[in-house]
Amino acid sequence: MALLIALTALTMLAAVWRLLNGPTTADRLLSVQMLGTTSIAVLLLMAEWQQQSHWRDVALVLALLGAVISAALVQLLRPVQKRDPARQRGQS
Amino acid sequence: MAIAEIILDATLIGLLLVMGLGTLHTRRTGASIALFAGFGMILALVWARLGAPDLALAEAAIGAGLTSALLLRAASITEEEEISIPARRQWLSWLFVAVVFVWLALHVIRLSTPVDSPSLPNLVAGHLADSGVDHPVTAVLLNFRAWDTLLELLVLLLALLGFRQVARRNQHPYDADSHPAPWPLLKAWSRSLAPLLVVTGMYLLWRGSESAGGAFQAGAVLAAAFVLLRLSGQLPVVHWSRWTVRLAALVGPALFLTVAGASALAGEGWLDYPDGMSTPLILLIEAAATVSIAVTLAFLVSGEEEDIAE
Amino acid sequence: MTLLLEALCIALLMGGLFFFLTGALGLLRFPDTYSRLHAVTKADNVGLGLLSAGLALSAADFQSTGFMALIWLLVMASGATSAQLLARYQREQDQQEPPTDGDR
Repeated sequence: MALLIALTALTMLAAVWRLLNGPTTADRLLSVQMLGTTSIAVLLLMAEWQQQSHWRDVALVLALLGAVISAALVQLLRPVQKRDPARQRGQS
Repeated sequence: MAIAEIILDATLIGLLLVMGLGTLHTRRTGASIALFAGFGMILALVWARLGAPDLALAEAAIGAGLTSALLLRAASITEEEEISIPARRQWLSWLFVAVVFVWLALHVIRLSTPVDSPSLPNLVAGHLADSGVDHPVTAVLLNFRAWDTLLELLVLLLALLGFRQVARRNQHPYDADSHPAPWPLLKAWSRSLAPLLVVTGMYLLWRGSESAGGAFQAGAVLAAAFVLLRLSGQLPVVHWSRWTVRLAALVGPALFLTVAGASALAGEGWLDYPDGMSTPLILLIEAAATVSIAVTLAFLVSGEEEDIAE
Repeated sequence: MTLLLEALCIALLMGGLFFFLTGALGLLRFPDTYSRLHAVTKADNVGLGLLSAGLALSAADFQSTGFMALIWLLVMASGATSAQLLARYQREQDQQEPPTDGDR
């Protein structure tokens, strides 16, 4: 069981490589999503291995927040439309 | 078995270090923030591996989820500038890192020798029956060391006030006009995700008295729901000037302080709950703190401001 | 009977691991963002699905099985939606900037 967890955790290395090397922001967010899914898998395996149910709670929160991250960051990262600078300045 | 565990631990440590260094090393803000989100996920796993479900939950909710949105909002306000460090100072920083690393390594070696004080967990377990809750971490946070938790809530309030001061001068609210309209898919997704987040937040709050979970985790999950709805344009601007909003941000610390003051005046001492009252009081404080934490975090992340555009 | 169950459980777990490995490999090796999206969603849906099916076989109670099913459904929905969102984001970027620009 521990070996299975270790191997699953090792697959995260690929996501980390992609996260470090890009090349696009979408790739990075994608790797974050992959990391999240793999973390969930590791947590579920750990819950079974150590017979502790808290890890499933953590996995649930991670799944929810992972969904929020990719949705929120995509919306935040979309470029700000060019408006007339006067209004932008006027606000500050 | 043991070898597999060593591989697992080594992988987690390696991932954590690579992500941490990568976050610091990357010059591009977007990449750095994505790395930070991944770092939070790995850190949650590490806490889980170390057997700390409360920390793992808090890290998963706050570190991996909200902080990246907060950082991205901050990055969109500040101007992105290329920082170039002269080569001589780079050497200096590497030297600094090396010294700190060696110092930390020495400490880790000292920590790894077993410390002969199992007294603290036993002490908590011995007094758990008096605390009014069944989960040791909640008992420590809200009964034995309630003072610390109260100060944490006040720190959060101070952060909000400080943010208000800065934001007033440099007004950049999340402005639905300046960002492109959210796709219908995002709207629909946030509409179905938000109820799940609210239910999960309540679940975490409810579980807090007997298992991992509690006000901070629940508040963070609720704040995530708010931020998501706000970003997808499903909620109107929430004005800080409304008294309900201010009340929601204040109710946690205020209730905590009231309980503390009342117990100091009428009871045995500062934050010493009267007998038989600790369970309802702790639940009440936790619920109020959840509301305050959720509102504060949501305000910090989405950076609401008064509408002065017109 | 228990032997069969155990064998099935191990097979499912191995299948899940296999899909995670292929997902990771695809994330590393595929040439562009869209095909990488394709690789990752396989790990999300099938990998985690097989893994939780395998764990459900050896689970002690129904509660944990239900919890895992819930998490799997959530991850599937989230994976499908955020893959869509990311692909749209990427297309928007591609249309706005010349593809030689690299990052962002």
